[in-house]
Amino acid sequence: MKFVDEFRDPIAARHLIQKIRATAQQPWVLMEVCGGQTHSLLRHGIDSELAGTVELIHGPGCPVCVTGIRVIDRAQELAFRPNVILASFGDMLRVPGTGGSLLSAKSRGARVLTVYSPEDAVQYAARNPAQQIVFFAVGFETTAPATALAVLHAQKLGLSNFSLLAAHVRVLPAMELLMASPDNRVQAFLAAGHVCSITGWHQYQDFADRFGVPVVVTGFEPVDLLQGILECVTQLESGRAEVKNCYGRSVAETGNVVAQAIVDRVYEIDDRDWRGFGTITNGGYRLRQEFHEFDAERRFFADRHASQTVADARRVYLQNGDQSGTAASPPFSQPFASAEQRCKAGEVLSGRLKPCDCPEYGTNCTPDAPLGSPMVSSEGACAAYFRYRGLSVIRGIQ
Amino acid sequence: MCLGVPGQVVEWIDRDPLFGRALIEFGGIRRECPMACVPEAEAGDYVLVHAGIAITRIDEQQARQTLKDLASIAADQDDHETSQESER
Amino acid sequence: MMDPVPSWARTCPVPIDEQSERISLAHGEGARLSRRLIAERILPRFASPDATHFQDAATVTTVGCRLAICTDSHTVSPMFFPGGDLGSLAVFGTVNDLAVAGSHPRWLTLSLIIEEGLPISVLERILDSVSEAARQCRVRIVAGDTKVVPRGAADGLYLNTSGVGELIDPVPPGPCAIRVGDQILVSGPVGQHGIAVLSVREGYFFDSAPLSDSGSVIEQVVALRDSVGPHIRAMRDATRGGVSAVLHEWATECQQSFVLSESAVPLTEAVRGACELLGLDPLYVASEGMIVVAVDPEYASEAVCALRSVKGCEQAAVIGEVTTRGICPVSIRRVLGTPQPLDEPSGAPLPRIC
Repeated sequence: MKFVDEFRDPIAARHLIQKIRATAQQPWVLMEVCGGQTHSLLRHGIDSELAGTVELIHGPGCPVCVTGIRVIDRAQELAFRPNVILASFGDMLRVPGTGGSLLSAKSRGARVLTVYSPEDAVQYAARNPAQQIVFFAVGFETTAPATALAVLHAQKLGLSNFSLLAAHVRVLPAMELLMASPDNRVQAFLAAGHVCSITGWHQYQDFADRFGVPVVVTGFEPVDLLQGILECVTQLESGRAEVKNCYGRSVAETGNVVAQAIVDRVYEIDDRDWRGFGTITNGGYRLRQEFHEFDAERRFFADRHASQTVADARRVYLQNGDQSGTAASPPFSQPFASAEQRCKAGEVLSGRLKPCDCPEYGTNCTPDAPLGSPMVSSEGACAAYFRYRGLSVIRGIQ
Repeated sequence: MCLGVPGQVVEWIDRDPLFGRALIEFGGIRRECPMACVPEAEAGDYVLVHAGIAITRIDEQQARQTLKDLASIAADQDDHETSQESER
Repeated sequence: MMDPVPSWARTCPVPIDEQSERISLAHGEGARLSRRLIAERILPRFASPDATHFQDAATVTTVGCRLAICTDSHTVSPMFFPGGDLGSLAVFGTVNDLAVAGSHPRWLTLSLIIEEGLPISVLERILDSVSEAARQCRVRIVAGDTKVVPRGAADGLYLNTSGVGELIDPVPPGPCAIRVGDQILVSGPVGQHGIAVLSVREGYFFDSAPLSDSGSVIEQVVALRDSVGPHIRAMRDATRGGVSAVLHEWATECQQSFVLSESAVPLTEAVRGACELLGLDPLYVASEGMIVVAVDPEYASEAVCALRSVKGCEQAAVIGEVTTRGICPVSIRRVLGTPQPLDEPSGAPLPRIC
């Protein structure tokens, strides 16, 4: 496939690895921001290939890992309501909420539809007017145009049975939070290539200047990743801290302004609960007022104060039946208070705790029975570690 | 996050500025994708598709430049190795 | 999935309307309607010299050979998919299980669990497909059973087929005989069935749904037996869970590890494209017409040649080898060439956007 195979060239990758090793005079700590990059780094074994030269910390850029538990619980609760079908990306199905995952909810009778695209959910709603279709809109800036477009399409089609459980997150505020943390170890960032396809890279200029940290926009194929790592190491060795775009074929300085306009038309920036991080100021998007009719929070949880527990909510719901209304307390005004969270997702996702140093790792928390989302997703830092264990033994033999 | 796959625009189906769609080919399969974010893409161009929609047009010239840069890194490495070899 | 239109109807090639004759609970209650359904719709399709009607137990004759016996229940949504349907799948699935065990498939039983309301024309279409697949594989359907369950208790139609085959020497000893150095072959491109079903079930691809490889592997097995028979350790059809599932199972049984080479795995362009787009690994995706083989390394290239002589197996290839047991049962060399673990997923792979 064009624009894929060229960037998986083994010879180019080997050369880059050699060059990185030759350039680095000391070990450096880099963070790849995006979960897709984590996935690719581990799939190809780039992190182990560069062990001792660069340490790669798997960043928070995976919506599966950072989507707040409260909104996951709401998604699940919606899926149990009569006449509601929750449409979700496959990614979210195994993520544990308070009472298990969407997949387990499905086996208990919840109605969950796996879709590849938000547009598929709109089409499904158009075909099934008697059902309420709620699309679980997770993802970073990359995904926001697709869900925004779905809302606009539903509006155009006059669909009163389509709504959005909006849980979009924004990556830059999380990066700022990481850098501002006193125990931060990250010395350079591989910025998330496909986020930058939308937002552009000019947004990182101020960030790089303020924190004196190199930010290198990086793609997802092995050669792309190695090129990004090489650029980080080269800058660090020469004491520079610049923004550099190593993913020119898909990222322009100002990003995709058409896509930005679509997002801006539908969403506005808002604070957002991040799993393991708490509430991040400006950390997400919410639907603009003129699209409140498509807001599932308002349509289905109008009677609910944001800090109520799911158990309370269920009781209220059972007492009152289905109350769809429009008046609402502002959603997400308070962080979700999780009393019994044994999962240390926040520490793992900020690089302060290695997954294997977590007391629950591999004992109470495994991919088959995850305590938290990083053990679930294909690119979750803990799941990746779990898979990676034992690799050294294989190497030792060969 | 953000699985993005390059596909080639086969043909436009509808050129509506907001709800336009095109047929995109990925290896041996095709899918109709919303094109609102890439109104400038024409048949034959490559676009990056994420969550079913085209999010950006792929810049062929930039891709060639990247590959050229890589080739020069490879050449440097080869020189480097050759010089190391001759030193031994 | 939860469309008001039943899943079998969405891709059904048979025209259906309100007037279509349908299966009722009475068709399963043992009285006249049952008898007529069997006599008029089912039996004529499977007429055989020694059974003019299905008996509760069929009698068959063998000449003192060892037998392989297996059973498999079949359900697929949607019932009709590009390149096949539930009927042919139910025959090929069981025939393939018999074949990879080293036997010559001879007899099948056929059990139907029908959902009340299924149009009889749809049932007939599936039965025709069963009959045609059985003819292709030269197996006889010798006994059967029909049950009807209330509407909503099943998804249209489920089939169970049990099969009996005569073992033919040399019978592969099985995964326990796999040794370090053995080569791992596949007989053709992987993942075609899974992608075909996924693309029509979820409506992922509009223009060119890829075809399933659903078919018999008898010819492949015969070609291998004739060329390198005594040197085959184990064979398996790579159905649910794909090649990865077969190798994980074998690794447990033989207590060795497997190392694959990504670039050697044959793929069709359609499966490649679909897997990239949906974020799936083709090694986890089901096939229904190709096999995984472990063979003595000295005979690997001969085995590949034998397979490639079979129509549809032109892309047969060695994709990996057996190494001494490491912690990781199956690993794969990708672009960088160092083996990376090939995970065993907890459940079915889900399309992802991440």
